[in-house]
Amino acid sequence: MTITITVNGAPSEVPDDTTVADVVATLGHDPSLPGVAAAVDGTVVRRATWRDAVLADGVRVEVLTAVQGGDR
Amino acid sequence: MSVDVHRATADPFTLGGRTFGSRLIMGTGGAPSHQVLADALRASGTALTTVALRRLDPSAAGSVLDVIRALHIEVLPNTAGCYTAREAVALAKLAREALETDWIKLEVIGDERTLFPDPVELLDAAEELVDDGFTVLPYCGDDPVIARRLAQVGCAAVMPLGAPIGSGAGIRNPYNLRIILEQAEVPIILDAGIGTASHAAQAMEMGCAAVLCASAVTRAQDPVLMGAAMAEAVSAGRKAFLAGRIAERLYADASSPDYGRPDLTG
Repeated sequence: MTITITVNGAPSEVPDDTTVADVVATLGHDPSLPGVAAAVDGTVVRRATWRDAVLADGVRVEVLTAVQGGDR
Repeated sequence: MSVDVHRATADPFTLGGRTFGSRLIMGTGGAPSHQVLADALRASGTALTTVALRRLDPSAAGSVLDVIRALHIEVLPNTAGCYTAREAVALAKLAREALETDWIKLEVIGDERTLFPDPVELLDAAEELVDDGFTVLPYCGDDPVIARRLAQVGCAAVMPLGAPIGSGAGIRNPYNLRIILEQAEVPIILDAGIGTASHAAQAMEMGCAAVLCASAVTRAQDPVLMGAAMAEAVSAGRKAFLAGRIAERLYADASSPDYGRPDLTG
């Protein structure tokens, strides 16, 4: 069965047992390595819990990393 | 012992309980490539450099984190792009997760044209983040009152702007900065508006503990050369501050003695 979630602003149809770790891996980052953070519906999800954090239908996932920039 | 070595050991830059080997903090926004950024950071001699947090892009080549860490520079995440305390606090927590640091350069913008900070949201966010164990370095306006309030809620430093971000205009209100420096209870770090080396030197001469510079270096025609210039300017300004300058006078103060002047009238 599939669900629809939003990943970094884009809708995505994924299996209903998809975890935060799966989403991060899909974006090309090894979930066991630092350098990336994830939030579901605006709340940060600790990296240690990514493999257990199963996503619900309709949630908004944001996966962030460091980039060049600042307000200057 | 040379003057430089003596000064370096006798004048350490401590911030948030840590010591850094440079009083020039660098930003990364605006550099045309990772290679140019790497070369400019190396030339600047910086020990602490800020990064923004944005959506992970699978197509992006390379990571700015790799660039910075390869140079053994400490990474300082910022909350660039946040307009409310709520956003800034959420982003700070994400930055802590991603980069495994509880240091945060706090930026909460109140106006899109000037990019001046929103003091109300900023103070709210600062207080909440300090309570959550963050070492908070807030970018603020050149207002002595907000500077005092930020120090009172427990920020590790206060970072007043010299002029709008990216404007290259230098220190628009040196009088306010002087007041902030006089009343400071934590390190004052000039942040935003530096355009060239003399601005950085001026900030350091006035007594700033450090300066943060990004556009002036990353968007210079030769970022590597400007990075080197900034390093020297910060060093020169700091020495001038420690050396104790002469007072500014309206009239002359002769440097040659009157005694022993010859009478050469005809």
